[in-house]
Amino acid sequence: MANDQETTGSAVEHHAPSAGIAVVTDDAVQNPGFPPYRPRVADLDPKKERQQERRVGGLFLLSIVGTVAAITSYIVFPIIPGDMLSVRLNNLFLGASIALALLTIGIGAVHWSKALMDGHDMVEQRHPTRGTDETRAKAVEVFTLGNKESGFTRRKLIRNSLIGALVVSPLPAVVLFRDLAPAADPVPLLKHTMWDKGVRLTKDPSGIPIKASDVTLGSAFHVIPEGLNESEHKLEEKAKAAVLLMRLNPEDLEVSPGRENWSYDGIVAYSKICTHVGCPVALYEQQTHHLLCPCHQSQFDIKKEAAVIFGPAKRPLPQLPITVDDEGYLVARSDFTEPVGPSFWEREL
Amino acid sequence: MAQASLTRRTRPAGRRHPLATVALITVGLLATGGAYALFTTSATAETSAAAEAQVEDGQKLFAANCATCHGMNLEGTSQGPSLIGVGAASVDFQVGTGRMPLAATGPQAEKKPPQFNDEQVKALAAYVASLAPGPAIPDEKYLTGEGDVAEGAELFRINCAMCHNVAGAGGALTEGKFAPPLGGVDAAHVYEAMVTGPQNMPVFNDSNITPEQKAAIITYLKYLDETPSVGGFGLGNLGPVSEGLFIWIFGLGAIVGITIWLTAKSN
Repeated sequence: MANDQETTGSAVEHHAPSAGIAVVTDDAVQNPGFPPYRPRVADLDPKKERQQERRVGGLFLLSIVGTVAAITSYIVFPIIPGDMLSVRLNNLFLGASIALALLTIGIGAVHWSKALMDGHDMVEQRHPTRGTDETRAKAVEVFTLGNKESGFTRRKLIRNSLIGALVVSPLPAVVLFRDLAPAADPVPLLKHTMWDKGVRLTKDPSGIPIKASDVTLGSAFHVIPEGLNESEHKLEEKAKAAVLLMRLNPEDLEVSPGRENWSYDGIVAYSKICTHVGCPVALYEQQTHHLLCPCHQSQFDIKKEAAVIFGPAKRPLPQLPITVDDEGYLVARSDFTEPVGPSFWEREL
Repeated sequence: MAQASLTRRTRPAGRRHPLATVALITVGLLATGGAYALFTTSATAETSAAAEAQVEDGQKLFAANCATCHGMNLEGTSQGPSLIGVGAASVDFQVGTGRMPLAATGPQAEKKPPQFNDEQVKALAAYVASLAPGPAIPDEKYLTGEGDVAEGAELFRINCAMCHNVAGAGGALTEGKFAPPLGGVDAAHVYEAMVTGPQNMPVFNDSNITPEQKAAIITYLKYLDETPSVGGFGLGNLGPVSEGLFIWIFGLGAIVGITIWLTAKSN
């Protein structure tokens, strides 16, 4: 090793530790070398060796069986259009046969090397990565020549203008990526949904308006605003405006001041977008009046204006103020009074 | 008939009294009408007697098996809710799936082998329905599974999948409650559950999901039952939880095993 270094060079830099910063030990751990070679059964017994040989050969033959089985199963279990079970059987047998064919080659090769090939431990040194002094000198020569011919260091105008051109060239990307950032304040975007004074509550997905008398005790309706199906950005609007409508006994509701007229005869409407990370909260238990979010198990108590009673959500679900119009249909009193969905930096509430 | 032949006998052969036809028709009509009236009255009497007997049977069964918790007159006790107005559908669901009578109190009544045969379940349902109106046992025509599968699937995803899983595999709720898997559930019980909202399931009445739409949902569930899983083992169709557990335990386990075998020395 030490002798090689002088002739071919080495990536490993050897340097003597300076006095005072390195701990010099005079009883450094010695390389114990390899443990003594333990002969394998195949090394000692020619019968066992032949047995191992047959085993490796058997694995390779098994691979041939797998290949043949793959072709056979493709023919025996064809994919019949319209019959999904045939796809499943075809996939199963084809996959299993190909797996057998390929795995047995690999297992056979590994077993071959472990049981029959030379079992002595050995060290193979890494190739040195440092070039010879000759190639290094040549490289320096090429660079010097290039500089001389192009005048890179001499012609300052060219050099500096090139550097300037390279520096400004990424600017379009900065402008483009800047546009990915929220262009406007997200508060009004998230605060304003399709709900507005007089917008009827309609059934998801049909858009049929809901009468207050349709919502019997214990019911849960999945609600979209009227006109959502005709809206230009249907999914974006639905993601903000989805609402769950429930009817409880009016005396069960604990209503805070200012929200007295937000429900109608025990019918309440809450945003379906979880205030944690925005999953749809719709697992409604009609006996306990709890709403469960399936993503992170936040629970909201509908009796207490969707107060968080468990889980990572920090705020109650926004309530949609509702009433009925003169035809008996449920309508929104106004939009949500706070941004729906999870928290964000600019949110004040 | 007797009158007609009498008229004929008193007259010379070949001639008929002008009123003979009228008399004949009158007699015929009277006979038919009388027989029909007799037949129908006895039939109604029979059916109403049968219904009464069924209600009576139901009352006996109720008094013996249900009244301890639900009260002798369905009024409910501290142990069980009132059953006034729950309807035949609710009884058929709760008793027909074995959820009632309750084996033990717990987070929710669980499905178990029914304690009553179909006839007894129908008798109990008739008795409960006879005391107060409520949702009836659904019409056969909604249970055949001949609705619109695509519409049923969309309605299922919107109204049911959040609790029952998009493949109907069921799911967990809070504090030990759960939405049961829907595979292999009788169509009538699915319909009744939607109408009555058993336990913590919300009610989906006919103005929310119309009977035709309920039939479509039942069709979708039947489709799920009959369509094999193309992707091999469904692992309970529970999605990333069971699939993740499987691959982390068996997939990683296999990789660890192979690595140990690769690096171990041969004997």
